[in-house]
Amino acid sequence: MDALGELWDFLSTESNWWGRNGIATRTWAHVRISVLALVLSAAIAIPPAVVLGHIKRGGLAAVSVVNIGRALPSFGILALAFPLSIQLGLGLGFWPTLVPLVFLGIPPIFMNAYTGVRGVDPGVVESANGMGLTARQVLWQVELPIAIPLMVTGLRVSAVQIVATATLGALVGFSALGSFITEGIAQFDDGKMLTGGLLVALLAILTEVGFSLLERSLTPWSRSRRGTEIVDEGSETPTQTAPAVPGRTVT
Amino acid sequence: MLLAQASLRDELVSWSWISERWDQVWEATLNHLQLTVVAVGIGLLIAIALSAVALAWRPAYAPITWVTGFLYTIPSLALFSFLVPILGLGFVTAQVALVSYTLLILVRNIVAGVDGVPAAVKEAADGMGYTPLRRFVAVDLRLATPTIVAGIRIAAVTVVGLVTITALIGEGGYGVFILDGLRRRFSTPIVLGTVLSVLLAVAIDIALVLVERALTPWARRGVRH
Repeated sequence: MDALGELWDFLSTESNWWGRNGIATRTWAHVRISVLALVLSAAIAIPPAVVLGHIKRGGLAAVSVVNIGRALPSFGILALAFPLSIQLGLGLGFWPTLVPLVFLGIPPIFMNAYTGVRGVDPGVVESANGMGLTARQVLWQVELPIAIPLMVTGLRVSAVQIVATATLGALVGFSALGSFITEGIAQFDDGKMLTGGLLVALLAILTEVGFSLLERSLTPWSRSRRGTEIVDEGSETPTQTAPAVPGRTVT
Repeated sequence: MLLAQASLRDELVSWSWISERWDQVWEATLNHLQLTVVAVGIGLLIAIALSAVALAWRPAYAPITWVTGFLYTIPSLALFSFLVPILGLGFVTAQVALVSYTLLILVRNIVAGVDGVPAAVKEAADGMGYTPLRRFVAVDLRLATPTIVAGIRIAAVTVVGLVTITALIGEGGYGVFILDGLRRRFSTPIVLGTVLSVLLAVAIDIALVLVERALTPWARRGVRH
């Protein structure tokens, strides 16, 4: 196919790899901002989620956060960061990309951490209490370890979403893998466009697979099935069976 | 054009700019709705077919979720970049991408819903002489309505948000406002497009809840299936 030939031409031209807008630089920028955003999202989302899950309050908040997160168009949020960041004097590129990424990364992490801690079998907590553990010890030694696999699920869902959304950073001046796609579309350069698409897809899939393996290693008892994704609790009828659904919006 | 001079020193939202453009807002709403409904509709048909295969022959379920999960993981802009050389910029490319994102959610919920139908009910239908296809459509899918609608709601809300991105390939409903605002560094259309997209997602979600109520009269009579 013609487009594949153009893809190969672009990839095999060494000057496309290095320099300020080269493949290597942009891939690294994409990875760096994604990791940073994920760490910040987790730092913001996990503490309140764990506390709320521990005291078993805030279920409504958890559901609302996820539902709103799902309805927010990431393109709109990213675009919105653009004028705001100019007004605040933060310039283009890095900040108007990072802030929305952190914001959009919070809901899945929050939901999974909350559900994980909240869902710990009450019998287990009771026996821990009976053994004389303080509330703090129960949280640290019982609830958190049990909740960790689900927390990792939340991190996976957010990480994939962040990697995907960072692609849109190209539109607010952040030079990363998405820039190849938008420039390719604008310049009718299929090779350039496909290079961006291929690398973004690879990065997203690597992220998904990497976290899936991590999840699996943390839950050796459930080898047979794939890690449970967060369930949809947004429905009004609590009695209905809630099937497992992915908790992130696609970007 | 005069508007090009509207700069970021202006307020975040210029109401007068919006009030002069109700026609455009209405047009974008119809466009956005059309892109969403077509994608979810086609997605639902494909998902029902895939689920029927998975339910009839269990070993097919894992590969189906694997492939649909793979599609779900690919970022939309990347998917567009693969489709544009083949299908060009426009409606078809947008639809293929949007539909592919609905499949994972819909298949999972349809299969889970049909699995949740009590075996006794299925046996009764078989005993009444229902053919497997008729039972699937008239009994299994019908009783799985709450779970299936839950999936459709998630798929629809997801697609509404994604439609905005299709503006980058020449479609996009409210996304056209967002892109326009980005290009002209003018915040009003960006806010307008984003807020309308959220409102449309909420409206569709509420509409689907009402549809579910209408389709499951037994739930209101307190009869548990």
